[in-house]
Amino acid sequence: MTEMDTALTYPLQVVNLLAALLLLISFAMLSQRRVVGLITLFAWQGAALALSTAIVAWSTGQHHLYYSAALTLALKVIAMPWFFYRLVRRLDVDRDVEPMINIPTTMLIGIALVIFAFNLATPISQMAGTVTRATLGIAMASVLLAFLMMITRAKAIPQVIGFLAMENGLFFAATSATYGMPLVVELGVALDVMVAVFVLGIFFFQIRETFDSLDLKHMEKLKEK
Amino acid sequence: MTTGILLQITQTLLAILLAPLLMGWVNQCRAWLQGRAAPPITQPYRVLRKLFHKDAVIAHDASPLFRFAPYMIFACMALAAGIVPTLANDLPFSPAADVIALVGIFALARVFLALAAMDIGTSFGSLGARREMLVSFLAEPALLMVFFTASLISRSTELPVIVEALAHKEFVIYPSLAFAAVAFWMVSTAENARIPIDNPTTHLELTMIHEAMILEYSARHLALIEWAVALKLFTYSALGIALFVPWGIAPAGDLAALPLALLALVAKMAVGGAGLSLLEAVSAKVRLFRAPEFLGTAFLLAVLGMLTHFLLEV
Amino acid sequence: MELYWVLGIPLAGGLFLALWGSREHAPEINALFSLLTLIAAGLLTARIVEEGPIMVADGWFFIDSFNVFLVALTAFVAFTTALFSRPYMRIEREHGRLTATRLRLYHSSYQIFIAAMLLALTTNNMGILWVSMEGATLATVLLVSLYRTPASLEAAWKYFILCGVGIAQALFGTILLYFAAEKILGSGGTALLWTHLNGVKEQLEPTVLQLAFVFLLVGYGTKVGLAPLHNWLPDAHAEGPTPISAVLSGLLLNVALYAVMRSKVLVDGALGTGDGNGMAGNLMMGFGLLSVVVAAFLIKRQTDVKRMFAYSSIEHMGLVTFAFGMGGAVASFAGLLHMTMHSLTKSAIFFAVGHATQSAGTQAMDGIRGLIRTNPTIGWGLMLGTIAILGVPPFGVFASEFLIITTAMHQHPWATPFLLIALGVAFASIFGKVQPMVFGETTLPRLPYQPALMPVFIHLGLVLMLGLFVPPYLADWYRQAAALLGG
Repeated sequence: MTEMDTALTYPLQVVNLLAALLLLISFAMLSQRRVVGLITLFAWQGAALALSTAIVAWSTGQHHLYYSAALTLALKVIAMPWFFYRLVRRLDVDRDVEPMINIPTTMLIGIALVIFAFNLATPISQMAGTVTRATLGIAMASVLLAFLMMITRAKAIPQVIGFLAMENGLFFAATSATYGMPLVVELGVALDVMVAVFVLGIFFFQIRETFDSLDLKHMEKLKEK
Repeated sequence: MTTGILLQITQTLLAILLAPLLMGWVNQCRAWLQGRAAPPITQPYRVLRKLFHKDAVIAHDASPLFRFAPYMIFACMALAAGIVPTLANDLPFSPAADVIALVGIFALARVFLALAAMDIGTSFGSLGARREMLVSFLAEPALLMVFFTASLISRSTELPVIVEALAHKEFVIYPSLAFAAVAFWMVSTAENARIPIDNPTTHLELTMIHEAMILEYSARHLALIEWAVALKLFTYSALGIALFVPWGIAPAGDLAALPLALLALVAKMAVGGAGLSLLEAVSAKVRLFRAPEFLGTAFLLAVLGMLTHFLLEV
Repeated sequence: MELYWVLGIPLAGGLFLALWGSREHAPEINALFSLLTLIAAGLLTARIVEEGPIMVADGWFFIDSFNVFLVALTAFVAFTTALFSRPYMRIEREHGRLTATRLRLYHSSYQIFIAAMLLALTTNNMGILWVSMEGATLATVLLVSLYRTPASLEAAWKYFILCGVGIAQALFGTILLYFAAEKILGSGGTALLWTHLNGVKEQLEPTVLQLAFVFLLVGYGTKVGLAPLHNWLPDAHAEGPTPISAVLSGLLLNVALYAVMRSKVLVDGALGTGDGNGMAGNLMMGFGLLSVVVAAFLIKRQTDVKRMFAYSSIEHMGLVTFAFGMGGAVASFAGLLHMTMHSLTKSAIFFAVGHATQSAGTQAMDGIRGLIRTNPTIGWGLMLGTIAILGVPPFGVFASEFLIITTAMHQHPWATPFLLIALGVAFASIFGKVQPMVFGETTLPRLPYQPALMPVFIHLGLVLMLGLFVPPYLADWYRQAAALLGG
C-alpha cells in the first residue's frame, strides 16, 4: 500500500493489469511451440493492447486513442490472425516449431531482458507526464522479448509474428509514454504493417514454392566465406 | 480469547473434515467432464472408512519409521490446514501462519514420505522418492517466490497480514498478483501430484511419482496418507484463496461475518475444484523431463511478478 | 505546387503501371513517368534556389537546400535508371528469366519506391519520414526476390527481417523524440514536425534525445548499411535485378542517411554540441569508420561482381557518415559532395555491370573477361566507373575524398591511418579484380544488341565535370545545405 497505488484510479489499475498481461503473453509466446498457438497468443496480445488503449482513451479523454484502439482491434485481433490461420492451413505448416535455443534458456534470457528494460525505462518514465508512464518498462520489455523470439525461431511465420509483436510493444510504448503518436503517423504505421503482412503473405508462397518448406534453415547459403 | 481458541479449533476440525469432500468434488467434476458416471461426492469418506477397518499389512523389512511416517504426515498437513486462514482472520495460532514456516511444514511432511518410501527398499518406492524430490526441489523456490510477491504488497510474510491487506483495505488491482497466481497454480499442480506433472489416477507404475511412494502402504496407514493428500489439496486451495481472492474471510473478532465466510469458502472451493478438474481434463501429463521446464516457467513467472511489483506498484 | 507533382507523378505512375505494366510499352511508360518526375523536381529545385526554403500544406512538407538537392539527385538517378532498365529488363524477359506479370510488379514497385523516397525526403514530419522509409523497404522486398531463385528469396527475406528490425528501432527512436517534443510543443500532429522541433531544439530534454538518437541511428543506420548492421545489403544488391541494385545503392542509402542527419541536427541542438564533438557526431564517426574498414577488407574476398560493388557502397556510405559525423562546414560540404558523387558513380557502375553480366551470363567475376574486345563501350564504362569510384583524379570522388581526409587530418588525426589503409585496400582489391574483367583474354560472345550506355556516360561525365569544376551556384547550394547541417 503506497501512495501511488491509491492515487491511481481503477481504470488505470486495469491498464496496469493489462500491461502485466501483455508481458505474460510475451513470455507465453516465447515458450509456445506450435504455430497456431502462437497466432492465438498474438491475437490475445492485440486484444489486451486494444482494450488498454481504449481504457486510457476513456480515462484521459484523449479521443484520438479510440481510433488507434479500433485500428488495433481490426488489424491485429481480427484481420491478421485470420490471415495467418488461413496461411497456416493453406501452407500446412502447423507442426512443432523447435526453437534454436531450448525454452528454459530462452526464458532465462527473457528475464534478464526484462530487468534490463525496466532499468532502461525508469529514468524516462520518471520524466513522462502521463498517468500510464509506469507501463513504459513493460512496453520496452515486450519489444525486447519479441526481438528475442525473432532471433530464436528458425521458421518464417514465427519470425514474422515476432516482428508484429515487436510492433505491438512499440505501440504500447507510444501509448504509455505519450498517449500515442499523432493520428496521421499511427495511420501510416498501421498501413505499413498491413502492407508488410500482405507482402509477406505473397512471400511465404514464393519461399514455399522454391524450398518446399518454410524452414529458414534452407536459407543459409548467402554467407561470407 | 476463549472464542478465539474455540474458533481456531472449529476451523481446524472443519478443514480436516471438509478436505475429503473437496477431493470428492474434484473427482466428481472430472468424471462428468470425461463423460463417465460420477462417483458420489462422499466417495473419499467411504474409502477412508473402508481402509480404517482393514488390517494393516507391513513389510518385514519395515523400520519403525515406516509406521510412524503416516501419522507425521497427517499431523503436518492438519497443522498446515489449521493455521491457514479459511474462515476467520487473526486467530490464536495466526502468528504461526507464516508462509515461510508453511513451506517448511510441507517440506517436513515430504521428507518423511520420501524416507518411508525408501525404507522398504523396493525399486518403485525409491524411484518415486527420487522423482518427488526432483519435483519439489524445483517447486519450492517457485512457491517461495510466489509468497514473496504476495508479501511485498503487505510487507509481511504472515498470512493474516496478507489477507488483511488485500481483503479489508481499499480495493486495488495488483498486476503482480496475476503473475503470482499463474505461478501458484503451476506449483500447486506439481506439489499436489496432479496433471500435468503427475497423474493421481494412473495405474502404470513407471509413470508414477506420488503413487509410487505409497505402494507399500495399506489400511489405516494408507487412509492417513490419503487423508493427508486431501488435506494438502485443501490447504493449497485455502492458500490460493487467502493470497489471491481473500474477500469473505471474516476479519478478526467479527463473529457475525462467520456464516458468510463459510458460504464464501464453500463457493470458492467449489469453483476452484471445478476449475482444477477442467484444467486437468483439457491438459495432458507431460514427460518427467519436461517437469523442470514447467516448474522453471512457474519460477520465472513468480520472478516476473516481483519485477512487475517494483515497476508498477511501488 | 511543384511538390505535388514531384510526389504525385511517381505515385500515379505506380498505380498506372500496376494496371498496365505488363504491356509491351511499359518500360517506355516507366521512363516517361520518371522523366516527368525529373522535370517536376527540376522546377522545384529552381524555385528553392530562387526563393529559399519553403513550407507546403500547413507545414506538412518542408523543403530546404539540403533535401531539395537530394530530391533532384533522386529524380535524376531514377530517370537514368529507368532509361537503363528499358533494354535491360526487356533482355531479361527474352532470356526467360522474367514473365510479363513480374515485369508489371517490377515497374509498378519501381515507381512506388521512388514516390516513397521522395516523400521521405520532402516530409516535415518525423513520423511520416519513418512511414515512408518503411514503405520504400516494402516496395523493394518483392523486387529483390523478382527472379524467385532460392538465393534471391533468401536475400529478400534477410532484407525484410533485418531492415524491419532496424526500422522498428527507428520507430522507437521516433516515439522518444515525440515524447521529448510533446512536453514543449504540446501533443498532436505538430509536435513531430521537424521545423517546429528545430525551433525549440535547445529546450528538448537532452537525455531523452540522446537515447532517441541512438535508436534512430541504429534503425536508419541499418538501412544505410553501416557495419555491423550491413548484412542485408550485399545480398539484396547481388540477388535483385541490376536496376534495383543501382537505385538501392545510389538512392535508398542516401535517403536513410538523410533521416539520420535530420535527427542529428536536433540532438546536437539539444546537447548544445553543433561543432562536431557531440555524442551524436562521435557515434556517427565510429559507425562510419567501422563501416569503411570492415567493407574494405571484405571487398577483397568477393567473387561476385555485384556483391563487390555492394561492399564498396557500404564503404562509401561509411565515409559519408564519417564526414557528417565530424561536422563543421568543410566536412559537411565534403560529405554532401561525396554523397552526390557516389550516387552518380555507383549507379553508372551498376549499369555497366548489368550489361556485362548479361553478356557473360554470370555474375561471377571469373566468368567475365576481356570486355574491352567484345563490348568496348561496356568495358570502357566499367573501367572508367571503377577508376572514378576508387577516387582517381580528376573524377569528383577524388575531390570529395580528399576534402574528407584532409579535414580528418586536422580534426581527428587518429582516424586518418584507418581511412587511408581502408581506401588503399579497397583500391587494390577492386582494381585488381576489374582489370582482368575489362582487359583479360576472352571467349565471351559479343552482345547481340546495342547496350544502353548513355546513362553511364552521362553520370561519369557529370562526375568528371564536378571533379574539375564545381559551378558556383552548385557550390553555394552545397554550402547552404552544409550550413543547415550545423556547419
